Amino acid sequence: MTREEIQSTILDVIAGIVPDEDLSNLKGDVRIRDQIELDSMDFLDIIMELRKRYGVEVPEEDYMELSTLDGSVVYLEPLMKDS
Amino acid sequence: MLDETRVVITGIGLTAPNGNNLMEFRQNLLAGRSGVEKIETHYMGEVLAGVCHFDPLKYQKKKELRRGTRAGSISIYSAREAITDAKLDFQSLDKSRIGVYLGITEHGNVETENEIYEFKKYNYDIKCWSHHHNPRSIANNPAGEVTLNMGITGPHYTLGAACAAGNIGIVQGLQMLLLGDVDLALAGGVSETIHGFGVFAAFHNERALATHDDPHKACRPFDADRNGVVVSEGGCVFVLERLTDAFNRGADIYGEIVGYAINSDAMDFVLPFAQRQAECMKLALDKAGISAGDIDILSTHATGTPQGDIEECKAIKEVFGADTKVHINNTKSLIGHAMGAVGVLELAGNLPSFNDRIVHPTINIDHLEPGCFFENLVINEPKKVPRVDYILNNSFGMLGINSVVIAKRFEE
Repeated sequence: MTREEIQSTILDVIAGIVPDEDLSNLKGDVRIRDQIELDSMDFLDIIMELRKRYGVEVPEEDYMELSTLDGSVVYLEPLMKDS
Repeated sequence: MLDETRVVITGIGLTAPNGNNLMEFRQNLLAGRSGVEKIETHYMGEVLAGVCHFDPLKYQKKKELRRGTRAGSISIYSAREAITDAKLDFQSLDKSRIGVYLGITEHGNVETENEIYEFKKYNYDIKCWSHHHNPRSIANNPAGEVTLNMGITGPHYTLGAACAAGNIGIVQGLQMLLLGDVDLALAGGVSETIHGFGVFAAFHNERALATHDDPHKACRPFDADRNGVVVSEGGCVFVLERLTDAFNRGADIYGEIVGYAINSDAMDFVLPFAQRQAECMKLALDKAGISAGDIDILSTHATGTPQGDIEECKAIKEVFGADTKVHINNTKSLIGHAMGAVGVLELAGNLPSFNDRIVHPTINIDHLEPGCFFENLVINEPKKVPRVDYILNNSFGMLGINSVVIAKRFEE
């Protein structure tokens, strides 16, 4: 996957988890939870979807790496580039 | 006389396989329109079921739907419709004085079965087991989702009572009002059972799951050719208030709960027992201070199983006499067996008779089972009757639990 595809994938996962939220203006460098209603159970859903769909395992100590959209892309790129 | 010991029904919210509010439900009961259809279920393929077609997004966000359960959605829809129907200014109510009491046959089976179905796709990797499983499957989930959705801070819980549960939800609400623990009770029953396979499979394997080429004809209580239960989903919630409160706010009153009883067969895991059912009806009549001859409509529990229907008819004959003139009907013939919801749906479907004096029919009786003959069993067509002052509602369940509720036409 390219960076653009990874970003699109992350947005698609988030859209499924918070279907009432408008993600079109989500800023890449601001904490996702500061922009939309996304609680800790929702965040665990993101981790679960990455695991189920792409076999990506994010260890708990790395959860902070996924706090922003840009950070998520950077973190996931090496893990998803071959997906 | 107005006093604190009388409890009345002032609002009804429901979703049934043939209606999403009382008016629609009642019209379809009178017209004999069944809500049974074919659905696909895991492992078993096509089965017959009663399916509700309400719009869950009327009262919930998409995220709530994703997080919660079908039983939660049914409960929220029914509770909110009940509050609207009662013409209550919900925002002005003290939410700490509202209680939510919902009868369930079971809860959590659907969530567990479906989680295992998904889990299998990931080779039973424990990391793929949903973190939502616990809040979805706990027994208080349906009532708890109502409080989350509506901001109710009073008590909430479910009452597990097999297929007697709908009546028992009503009884619990009434008792909490009489104790003064709450000022308004959202009481009734719910079921999401059709979204799993286990209940279908178990009924099938005990030769008690109804089959028929025409889904509308599958549920056939009292018919000689009945061959089992049609499983349904559904929900029905009553707004219950003490009469003084209802009267002071000028509420419309559907009826008064004047008698009830709950007892246990202490006989068998699954088989019904006429003697104890009869005792339950007598206890409820005693509590209401009336005799069997005062009852105008007897809403039966009969599910369409060979022995269950016969046992209930024996019990009715014991209490009312074989030559009783009481008008008898069966709502499951139209909606199937909505498990925890069905008792309260059956009562709700009959309550309009206090005003229109029409008894809705039992459908699908082509060849009456001889042991189920009653002079005024209302068959296939609705029947106008001279008076309806009292309705007796039977609901019985596995492990030998029996419940009876008696409602009275409201008079000051």
